[in-house]
Amino acid sequence: MEEDARTLFREAEGAIAAAGADLKALDAVRVGFLGRKGKLTALFKRLGTVPAEARPEAGRVLNEVKAALEERLAEAIRKAKEQAKRPKSVLDVTVPGRRPLSGRLHPITQTAMDIAAIFNRLGFETVEGPEVELDYYNFEALNIPKDHPARDMQDTFYVSDEVVLRTHTSPLQIRTMEKKRPPIKIIAPGKAYRCDSDVTHTPMFHQVEGLMVGRDISFGDLKGVLTVFVHQMFGPHVGLRFRPSFFPFTEPSAEVDIQCVMCRGAGCRVCSQTGWLEILGSGMVDPEVFKMVGYDPDEVTGFAFGMGIERIAMLRYGINDLRLFFENDVRFLRQF
Amino acid sequence: MRVSTQWLKDYVDLTVDADTLADRLTMAGLEVESVERPHAFLTQVVVARVDAVRPHPNADKLRLCDVHDGTRIRQVVCGAPNVAPGQVVALALPGAVLPNGQKLSEAKIRGQLSEGMLCSQRELFLGEDASGIWVLDPHLPLGKTLLEAMDLDDAVLDVSITPNRGDCLSMVGVAREVAAICGTQLRYPEITLAEDGPSIHDTASVTIQDPVGCPRYAARLIRGVRIGPSPQWMKRRLEAAGIRSINNVVDVTNYVMMELGQPLHAFDYERLREGRIVVRRARSGERFSTLDGVERTLFDDTLLICDGVGPVAIAGIMGGLDSEITDQTTQVLIESAYFQPEGIRRSSRKLGLRTESSYRFERGIDPEGVIRAVDRAAQLMVQLAGGVLAKGVIDEYPAPIARPTIELRVAKVNRFLGLDLDAGDMARVLESIEMQVESKDPETLLVTPPSCRSDVTREVDLAEEVARLVGYDRVPVTHATAPLYADPPDPHATLRQKLKETLTAIGFDEVLTYSFIPEKALQDLGLPEGDPRLQPVRLLNPLSEEQAVMRTSLLPGLLLTARHNFDRANTDLRLFELSKVFLPREGEALPQEDHHLVGILAGRRVPHPLYGSEETVDYADAKGAVEAVLERFHLGPDAVRFSREPLPPYCDPSMGAAIHVADTLVGSVGRVHPDVQEAFDLKRDTYYLELDFETLYRLKRPHPGFSPLPKFPSVTRDMALIVADDLPVAAPLDYIRSLREPLVEQVDLFDLYRGKQLGEGRKSVGYRIVYRAPDRNLTDEEVNALHERITEKVLAAFDAQLR
Repeated sequence: MEEDARTLFREAEGAIAAAGADLKALDAVRVGFLGRKGKLTALFKRLGTVPAEARPEAGRVLNEVKAALEERLAEAIRKAKEQAKRPKSVLDVTVPGRRPLSGRLHPITQTAMDIAAIFNRLGFETVEGPEVELDYYNFEALNIPKDHPARDMQDTFYVSDEVVLRTHTSPLQIRTMEKKRPPIKIIAPGKAYRCDSDVTHTPMFHQVEGLMVGRDISFGDLKGVLTVFVHQMFGPHVGLRFRPSFFPFTEPSAEVDIQCVMCRGAGCRVCSQTGWLEILGSGMVDPEVFKMVGYDPDEVTGFAFGMGIERIAMLRYGINDLRLFFENDVRFLRQF
Repeated sequence: MRVSTQWLKDYVDLTVDADTLADRLTMAGLEVESVERPHAFLTQVVVARVDAVRPHPNADKLRLCDVHDGTRIRQVVCGAPNVAPGQVVALALPGAVLPNGQKLSEAKIRGQLSEGMLCSQRELFLGEDASGIWVLDPHLPLGKTLLEAMDLDDAVLDVSITPNRGDCLSMVGVAREVAAICGTQLRYPEITLAEDGPSIHDTASVTIQDPVGCPRYAARLIRGVRIGPSPQWMKRRLEAAGIRSINNVVDVTNYVMMELGQPLHAFDYERLREGRIVVRRARSGERFSTLDGVERTLFDDTLLICDGVGPVAIAGIMGGLDSEITDQTTQVLIESAYFQPEGIRRSSRKLGLRTESSYRFERGIDPEGVIRAVDRAAQLMVQLAGGVLAKGVIDEYPAPIARPTIELRVAKVNRFLGLDLDAGDMARVLESIEMQVESKDPETLLVTPPSCRSDVTREVDLAEEVARLVGYDRVPVTHATAPLYADPPDPHATLRQKLKETLTAIGFDEVLTYSFIPEKALQDLGLPEGDPRLQPVRLLNPLSEEQAVMRTSLLPGLLLTARHNFDRANTDLRLFELSKVFLPREGEALPQEDHHLVGILAGRRVPHPLYGSEETVDYADAKGAVEAVLERFHLGPDAVRFSREPLPPYCDPSMGAAIHVADTLVGSVGRVHPDVQEAFDLKRDTYYLELDFETLYRLKRPHPGFSPLPKFPSVTRDMALIVADDLPVAAPLDYIRSLREPLVEQVDLFDLYRGKQLGEGRKSVGYRIVYRAPDRNLTDEEVNALHERITEKVLAAFDAQLR
C-alpha cells in the first residue's frame, strides 16, 4: 500500500512536470489524482482492505503523500499563474516616445524674457510704448536737436518731418518720466528701426531700455546694476569693462564690453581679436533730459542703459547670422 | 580718424607702444578700432652695401652684384641701370612681401642665384622714383632694417571719434589726449613767418554780412607761388590720414586741417573779382558750381563766400570751380574761418554734400585756433611752393566767442560718480587737458575749458572728463537702494505673454516678421477699395519696395514666412505672430498701434515618422487653435459664435468662418483664399486664423469662478439623428442647451457622418447628453422619460428623424 502510494506520488510528480505552466493540464493532474475518481482517492478507498494493525501506518503515509502532492500542485499552479501574468514579449525601451506637438517661442522673445526677468527681480518694472514715434520723443527730448551731428549716429526711417520709426527704445525714458515722479525703475523692451541693412544690421531689431532715477543715484550704482545683469545673463565669471563713450542723453556715457564668450578673452574672429564684445550702452541721465521732463537735475540723478536683444541672443546661442532671426525658417526656430 | 603715430610724435612724446596707446585711448573714450602697420614689411628689408658688380653671364640687361647685408655677402641679380659698387641700398630679403604683393624667395634668375632684391623707391611705396634702385644715405648702419634705420616704424590708429569730440579730429587734438593719458606735454607746431610782401590790407578785404553764420573769418595772402607736387614726407602723411595728394598748395590746406583741425580753403587770388571776400547768405534758387563739377541750387540759408561779384565757395563745405587752385595759380588767398556748426550741418544735409571740412565745422572747431592755422598754412606754403607772404592777416571777428567758467563742486561730483577724489586730484586731471582751474573755495573749483572744447559747458561735462581720465574702472561698483514699491504689471502685456505660451503649448512656433511690408502684399490680400488697411503708414525713405509701408495686417508677413519655409521644404507648419499693426488715425500724428494675432497652419496634422499620418490640417485644426486662444480670455462656447459671414476677402468662402464675441466681429479663421495663395506663391494648402487682440482684450471675461465637483453620478444618453446636410451641427446643440433643463449637465456632438444610404442632402449627427441631479442618484426611468421628451422636441424643431 505504502509502496503503491509512493509510486503514485512519483507518477504525479511526472505529470505535474509534464503539465508545465499549463493551468488546464495542471487541473487535469489534480482531478486525475486527487479528484473524486482520482488515483490517490482510489488508494484511500482501498484503506479498508488493509489489516487493522497496519492501517494507521498506511493511513499516515497516504495522508503524507496527499499533503505533499497538494503542496506540489499548489506550487506549480502559483508558478503557472505568475507566468501567465508576465508579458508575452520583452519591451523595446528604445521605441520613440509619442510626444504631443509643441512649439517654441522665438529666440528673441525668450532672450527678452530672460533679460526682463533679471531686471524685474531687481525691481525694474516693464513698460512699453509706440514704435512709430514723434521726433520729439525719439530725438529732441533726448537732447538730440535737429541740426546735431549725433543724428548721424542713427539712420532714421522717416514717416514725416515730425514722425519717425523709433531708432531706439529710449523714448520710453521720456514718456515714463513725463507720467511719473521719481523714484523710477523701469525697463522697456521692444522693437526699434534703423535704415540700415547688411550682415550686421537688420532694419528692424529689438532693444531693452532701462532707466533708474532717484536721489543720489551714482555712476557706481550704474556699474552695480549692469554688473549684476552681466553676471546673471552670461555667468558669474564673465569679466566686464566700462568704456567712455558718447550718447547725447547721458553724461558721462559708457559702453559696456564683456569678455568674449567665444574665446574667453583670448581674441578671436567674433571679438575682432580684442577679447572684448560690446553689448550695451549706458550712462548717467543728462541734466538736459531731466529739464525736458520738468525734473530738477540738482534734486535727482539717474542712469539709463540700452542693449540689443539680437546681439545678446547671438552671443548666448552662438548664432552667426543676424538675418536668421527674421527669416523664420522653422528649422532655426525649433532649435531654441 | 586715421592717426599715424609717426606724425603724432611731432606733437607729443609717446611713452608706450602703439598697442598700449590704442588700448589707453579706447579706455579714455577715443575708441581705436584697429591698428595698422603700413610699413611692417620693411622689417624684411635691410640696409646693404653693393661691393661689386659683374655682368650676368646669360643676360645683357642683368648684372650680378655682391651685396653686403651687414653679416655676409649675398649674390643678388639686379636689372637696374644705376647700380654701382659703393652704393648703400635697400635689400629685400627672401621672405619679404612687398607692398605690391610680390613675395620674395631665393631664386635662380637666368641660371644665377639671387639671394634677395635691390629695391627702388617705388617698389617700397616710399617714393615715386622707379628709374633705378634707391640709393640711400651712405651713413645708414649696414644690416639694420629699413624700418629702424629710417625711422619708418609707423602704426596708424583708426580712431572712432564720437560726435561730441570735434576737437579730436586732428593730430594735435589727439596729441592733447595722448599727453593727458601718458602724462607728457603737448607741443604745438612751431610757426615762424617772414612777412616780406606789402600789406594784405592794401589789396584784399573781408566783409561778413552774416556774423551769426560766420563769427570769424581770417585770411592771408601769398604772391608768387609755384604750384607743383608736394614733398614725399607730406604725401606720406596725407596718405596715412586717408587724403589724396593734389598739389603743394592744396596739400598744405589739407595737411593743416589734419594737423590742427581747422579746415582751410585756398583761393586763386587773381580770380577773386575785385580782390575781396564777402560772406553772405545765398538767395533762394541761386546756382553755383562747386569744384567737384556739379552745379547746385542753393537755399536761402546756405552761407556763401563771395568775391566782389558772386559766389566762390559754399562756406565750410566746398569751394568753387572758378577760383580753385590750378597749375597757373601764382597768388593764393588762404581762408581760415569759424562757421556756426548748426548752419553748416543744415546746409550740408540739404545739399547732400559732406566733406572733411563740413564734418569738422558741424562738430565745432576751435574759434581761437583760426589764426594759428592760417599762419601755419602760410608758413608751409612759402616753404613748399615759394612766394612772398603779404604782411599782416585779415581777422574779422566782430563778436568774440566767450568761454564759460564752470563751477565744479567737488563733493557733488564725487557723490555723482561714486568717487572719492580731493579738489587737488580733480584739478590736476582737468589741467592735463588744458583746462584752466582756479580754486573758489576748498570745495569748489572754477574751471575754464580750452576754446577747442565747445562740448564742455556744465559741471556734469567736467564730471565726465574727470571720470574718463581717472578711468571708469576706478569707480567702485555699488548697489543703489530704492523704496519697496511696484506698480501692478500691465495686464495687457501679461495676457499677451500667456497667449504666446498657450500657442506654443498647442504646437505653434512663434515667428517675428518685419513691421514693414511691401505695399503690394496688402493689395494681394484682395482687400476691397476703401478698406482702411489699404492706407498704411508709408516710410519716406524705405530701404526697398519690399519694406515700404507699415503693416496694417500681420497676414502678409506670415504668408511670406510660409512661402519662405515651403521653398525650403519645410512643409508642416504651425506658426503664429502676436505683434502690432499700424493704422493711421485721422487728425493724429501717430497711428493706432494694435496687437493682432495671426496663425498659419499647413501640412500634416501629426507630422511624426512613426506615429503620424499623411492626413493634413483642415478648418477644424485652425478653429481648435482659435478656441484654445479664446479660452485664455474666458470666452467659452457660450460666448463665441462662428458664422459663414462676413468673411474677409483673403478667406476661402467655402472654408472659413467669421468669429464673433457678443455680436462683435473679432476675427476669422479658415483656408487662405486660393487667389491669395496664388498671389503669395504658396505651394501648399494653407489655413489661417486672425484675431484682433485689442477687441478681445476689451471683451474678455473674468474667470467664472469655481464650480463644486458633483457628489452624485451622472447618466449618459445618446441621440442619433438624421438631419438636413446644411443644418449647422451647433443648431440642435444650442437648441438643447436653450431648453435649460435643470438635469441636463452637458451636451456634446460625438458623431458626424455623411453617407449614400442616408439619402441625398442628409447627414447623421450624434449628440451625447449628460444628465445629473445635484442632490440624488437619477433613476433610469426618469432619465429615459426626460431624454425622450427632449428627443421629441429636437425631432420636431429640425425636421429630423431618429437614426
